[in-house]
Amino acid sequence: MLQVEDLHAYYGKSHILHGVHLQVGRGEIVSLLGRNGVGRSTTIKAIMGQVDAAGSVLFKNEQMLGLKAYQIAHKGLGYVPESRDIFPALTVEQNLLLGMKSSKPDKSGRWSLADMYRLFPRLEERARVQAGMISGGEQQMLTLCRTLMGDPDLIMIDEPTEGLAPKVVELLAELFKEIKNRGVSILLVEQKLAIALNISQRLYVMGHGRIVFEGTPQELRQNSTIRKEWLEV
Amino acid sequence: MEFFVISLLNGVSYGLLLFMLSSGLTLIFSLMGVLNFAHAAFYMMGAYAAYSLGLKIGFFPALILAPLVVGLLGALVERYGLRTVHPYGHVAELLFTFGLAYLIDEIVKVGWGLTAVPFRVPAALHGPLFTVYATEFPKMRGFMMLVALLMLLAVYLLVTRTRIGLVIQAALTHPHMAEALGHNVPRVFMLVFGGGTALAGLAGVIGGVAFITSPSMADSLVPIMFVVVVVGGMVSLAGSFLASLLIGLIQSFAIGLDWSLGGLLDALGVAVNAHTPLYSLLKLQLSAVAPTLPYLLLVLMLIFRPKGLLGTRAD
Repeated sequence: MLQVEDLHAYYGKSHILHGVHLQVGRGEIVSLLGRNGVGRSTTIKAIMGQVDAAGSVLFKNEQMLGLKAYQIAHKGLGYVPESRDIFPALTVEQNLLLGMKSSKPDKSGRWSLADMYRLFPRLEERARVQAGMISGGEQQMLTLCRTLMGDPDLIMIDEPTEGLAPKVVELLAELFKEIKNRGVSILLVEQKLAIALNISQRLYVMGHGRIVFEGTPQELRQNSTIRKEWLEV
Repeated sequence: MEFFVISLLNGVSYGLLLFMLSSGLTLIFSLMGVLNFAHAAFYMMGAYAAYSLGLKIGFFPALILAPLVVGLLGALVERYGLRTVHPYGHVAELLFTFGLAYLIDEIVKVGWGLTAVPFRVPAALHGPLFTVYATEFPKMRGFMMLVALLMLLAVYLLVTRTRIGLVIQAALTHPHMAEALGHNVPRVFMLVFGGGTALAGLAGVIGGVAFITSPSMADSLVPIMFVVVVVGGMVSLAGSFLASLLIGLIQSFAIGLDWSLGGLLDALGVAVNAHTPLYSLLKLQLSAVAPTLPYLLLVLMLIFRPKGLLGTRAD
């Protein structure tokens, strides 16, 4: 579904990605691992059209590079940034509604407001509260649900569990399974190896702006060299 | 009492006109980070467009149509001018709008001449609206207040009750996120710039007909407009509303008051006469220094509360 080949990305004059390649199939959960600063976030920003990039990003056999971010979103790619970027002055519900790409709810879409409230009753309780006032865990649920409201076919999620209580992390893991069950692919940037090994079908490990390993959770468990060199602190 | 009521009404109506002008400027700045130096030029364009259109279709249709024409031009300026300049940063954008202001000035001078055009108050708005004691309050001033309040209401409803308003509010804080959710943020920028200049155009129609329509009509307003925006806190519509009223009131009250520092000393029992040191300063009346008061306010504001009345900017 998503095929990235020889992706290079730049921030001004600094060259961040040096020919990244990766693939995500339909309904697959794929994790992108690596230490801070190796270019994982930049990779998904480049796919989303938010940094200068060269190479090839095919999504459903269409080239994404050169399109604007809003056009890429309309093709069916969803993005949840690490910074969450909830709209603080708007209510929780208004945030969710802005996740939809048009004002009329899409009947054929996979997700409705009711779905979100069923998955996270806490969001319904807070529906009329300004989103800037809710807790960090609630904001993480909100930002995920907001992107899902746009009914993406593939959702890219950057460090969703960072700084969250174990209980909330469990909730999110449940949500990822629900997302997969509805036929949506996930490209997950994750720091916590245990979670990634547990829910992903395949994993990539990045180092210095390149992919240094790709394989199944089983293969990564057995490969202590890669883990020592590129993951463990 | 009469002085108080009339000064209050004049102050509020002038303040509301200032708000019509500064609301567009604030909206554009808060969303796009562009301090639009050409804003007053769009104000002037509104007056001239309404004057020319009014000759053919009458004042009231022109009151609607002229701001739309100005807004359309504003949108084109954003789409084909500012958007191209944007990647080069805010200084380039500032210089672009600065140059644009001169360009519009010159076009107006070539098209309509160097002197004022006879853009007159329509017959329906002639005469007094009501009389306070012996002073008449003109219908035109009342109309000015009405238009400004309707505009305020319309902008408020648009921003808080419509989907495009929500997208604007979202793009205020996280434009990249709004775009990643599938919203065409560049188009929102164009609409806001067009809308903001249309508001300036509307203020121009009202200001032009109430005061004067000439190539220098905006000269006295430009600095005041920036005072309003800074005092209001740059990014806050409510702040610029408060600041507009405050400055309108300060000016209208100060003009009518003959207070002076000497008078104050006199009242405190200190004799003041021509031989007192600094006599020329002490005898200055408030009415004489009225035009400088907004700038005094600006300087004090920047010293004591640099983020403005309702600003969120870090000090």
